Amino acid sequence: MNKTILDLWVGLFVVAGIVALLFLALKVGSMSTVNATDSYEVVARFENIGGLKPRAPVKSAGVVVGRVADIRFDNKDYQAAVTLRLDKRYAFPKDTSAAIMTSGLLGEQYVALEPGGDGTMLKDHDRITITQDAVVLENLIGQFLYGKAQEGAPK
Amino acid sequence: MLRQAIENLGHRTIQGVWRIGFAARFFLATLLHSGTAFRRFGLTVREIYFTGVLSLIIIVVSGLFVGMVLGLQGYETLQRYGSESALGTLVALSLVRELGPVLAGLLFASRAGSAITAEIGLMKATEQLSAMEMMAVDPIARVVAPRFWAGVISMPLLAALFSALGIFGGYLVGVQLIGVDEGTFWSQMQSSVDFDQDILNGVIKSVVFAVAVTTIALFEGYDAPPTAEGVSGATTRTVVTSSLVVLALDFVLTAFMFRGLN
Repeated sequence: MNKTILDLWVGLFVVAGIVALLFLALKVGSMSTVNATDSYEVVARFENIGGLKPRAPVKSAGVVVGRVADIRFDNKDYQAAVTLRLDKRYAFPKDTSAAIMTSGLLGEQYVALEPGGDGTMLKDHDRITITQDAVVLENLIGQFLYGKAQEGAPK
Repeated sequence: MLRQAIENLGHRTIQGVWRIGFAARFFLATLLHSGTAFRRFGLTVREIYFTGVLSLIIIVVSGLFVGMVLGLQGYETLQRYGSESALGTLVALSLVRELGPVLAGLLFASRAGSAITAEIGLMKATEQLSAMEMMAVDPIARVVAPRFWAGVISMPLLAALFSALGIFGGYLVGVQLIGVDEGTFWSQMQSSVDFDQDILNGVIKSVVFAVAVTTIALFEGYDAPPTAEGVSGATTRTVVTSSLVVLALDFVLTAFMFRGLN
């Protein structure tokens, strides 16, 4: 085969491959994951995190403002220590509360931040003190059944 | 009878170990002679044409159809749970993490790998490799290294094309044919596919598969008995061994890469 035609085909192939990679990077994957450089970390402790996983979104007013960076079990107070990596563009007051929510009935779990009214803002490695645990469906059903049984018991 | 069987087993084991040793030496020699593949890049470009460009058609068509089937099957299953909005995530994650690199690797082994083995086996059978040695041309530098690097360059590009076309196929069936909301399809996909964790790991997988498949194909060709039967046997062995190696490596790599995620 003529060398120039061969080069042309190989060139087209390489360009198509690179376009496919760019398509995967820009259209399919999220390049907007919060980077370590322009983010700060805060820790929130929960009694029960339910099915929360690392990389789950952290939302405030429904907007993704960060991701769950790390989940550890604190051996001193037997709680789950959840490290949240928040985007530097968003500042939250010191008395912000964190709650573990579920998107939809069967959706993924995320951390919702509810800003408070404090004048000072959260800094790197600060701790969110007001937290609300994940709602565990089994516990809820258990309480409901227990309540029903109590109602039916002879007085 | 029993003695014969034990002798055979011993002979085959020694042969197997010998081949592994020879393959390792062959792989090292290929890496050491890689300079030629880049100094005389024309040789490598020619091989990229034979391994990459000529494999395009099978990769493009398979990628599109695999994506379309994923869209159809995924929708069937997801709509039972009322979560057809997750179709984009399902199609993209299965393709980018697993099916793209693995199926492209298997197709690459059967299309390009077998061709490489047959070509080099035939070169050996017609004593072209010995002739090169006679002229003080190292066949590993002149024949093997350019093919090796051509495979390593082509395969990740083919895998990326496979994944991209698969996602397009899933989009065609899911959004255009069935009627899943287009915005949801893309936004769900973007929110759950991570560049580092999913796409980059898929590319790393395809590079590892490329090294494995190309090395096996080149080695089988180089080691083939110089007869018609020998070359045909080597070609079959290339497809069988490299397919099994791709699947086994996929398991090992997945265990390494995605262990920390859940």
